[in-house]
Amino acid sequence: MPEYRALIVEDSPTMRQLICLALRRVHGLMVVEAGDGVDGLKKISGERFDIVFTDINMPIMDGLKLVSLLRADPAYRETPIVIITTEGASEDRDRALSLGANDYITKPIQAATIVEVTKRLLHL
Amino acid sequence: MAHDDDKDKGVLTRADEFLQMFKKGAEFTQELLRENERLRYTIVQLQEAVPRDSQSEGIGEEPTLLLRRIEELEREKAEIMERIRQVEAENQDFAARYVEIEAENNNLANLYIASYQLHSTLDFREVLQIIIEIIINLIGAEEFAVMILDEKIHELRAVASEGVTCEELPVVRLGEGIIGEQARTGENYFEKDVTAYHRDFLRPMVCIPLKIKERVIGVIVIYTLLVQKKEFAPVDYELFTLLAGHAATAIFSAKLYSESERKLSTIQSFIGLLSS
Repeated sequence: MPEYRALIVEDSPTMRQLICLALRRVHGLMVVEAGDGVDGLKKISGERFDIVFTDINMPIMDGLKLVSLLRADPAYRETPIVIITTEGASEDRDRALSLGANDYITKPIQAATIVEVTKRLLHL
Repeated sequence: MAHDDDKDKGVLTRADEFLQMFKKGAEFTQELLRENERLRYTIVQLQEAVPRDSQSEGIGEEPTLLLRRIEELEREKAEIMERIRQVEAENQDFAARYVEIEAENNNLANLYIASYQLHSTLDFREVLQIIIEIIINLIGAEEFAVMILDEKIHELRAVASEGVTCEELPVVRLGEGIIGEQARTGENYFEKDVTAYHRDFLRPMVCIPLKIKERVIGVIVIYTLLVQKKEFAPVDYELFTLLAGHAATAIFSAKLYSESERKLSTIQSFIGLLSS
């Protein structure tokens, strides 16, 4: 039985696969994928997640909107949220952090960074 | 009577002598008893003294034994210290090896993902999108393009790009400039000093010909990297090699598939016309 559940909200299948592969190294973590913010919200409404990874630039609903909606939900007020961004998009990154995201990961993504951030935020 | 008197005197004398002798005997016996008592006392003392003597003999040997034991312990300590040093060295070796394996694992994961995604679709636009995602997310490029060779007119034209528009990029003739030359020879090109590079559309930082065996179908050109990406990592060169082959195959397959789909649609329409 997995002890923790992670949600990856990312429109790029390449990125989703990369993050999934990296998170497989975190023992006891189950990963669920969502292709955009709306899909992510649907998954969140039906299940409980311990950590959320979200890209900023996504179709339908972007990561910034998702972060603000999650923080407005009492059930997700304290849940760690990690945003995925490019260094160039520093304004978006700063906005996401001000909205309540806990941390950010810049591209190109390194599996070791994902694992390190996850373990740190889940206190593993 | 006199004889009796003499006889009595003699008896008395002998009795007296006997008494004297008895006294002496008694004294001697007393003396012997005292001596016996004294000797017994001495024996008891000696018996009590024997264990102490034995101990005193032990104390004489104990320092030697202790010294031997100390030497043994010192040897054991030295052996243990040596073993600890060996284990620490092994640990450091294992730690370094772990880091290497971890990096290798990450690299293999990236290569696997790139390969898996490239062959996950037969849609030409999707293949181009996946190539772009790989270059952004796995390599960390900011401005780049995929150029396809038109084999009829020997020209390379951008069909997908990131950070720049396809229209901004020049059409390159096969064999002309760095891009044309790399497309002609099929060899990869890397700018020697990435940090000193300034964007030039005709002189990219990286030019990777997309090849199916020796046949070049296009190139990937990279102009700038993301701010945090200062230089290429060894895995990037492996990704370029993978892209050179797998991206070319994926693009070629997608094009063939779309053409076959188009032809099939035409044939089906034609058959529909004939049968109606």
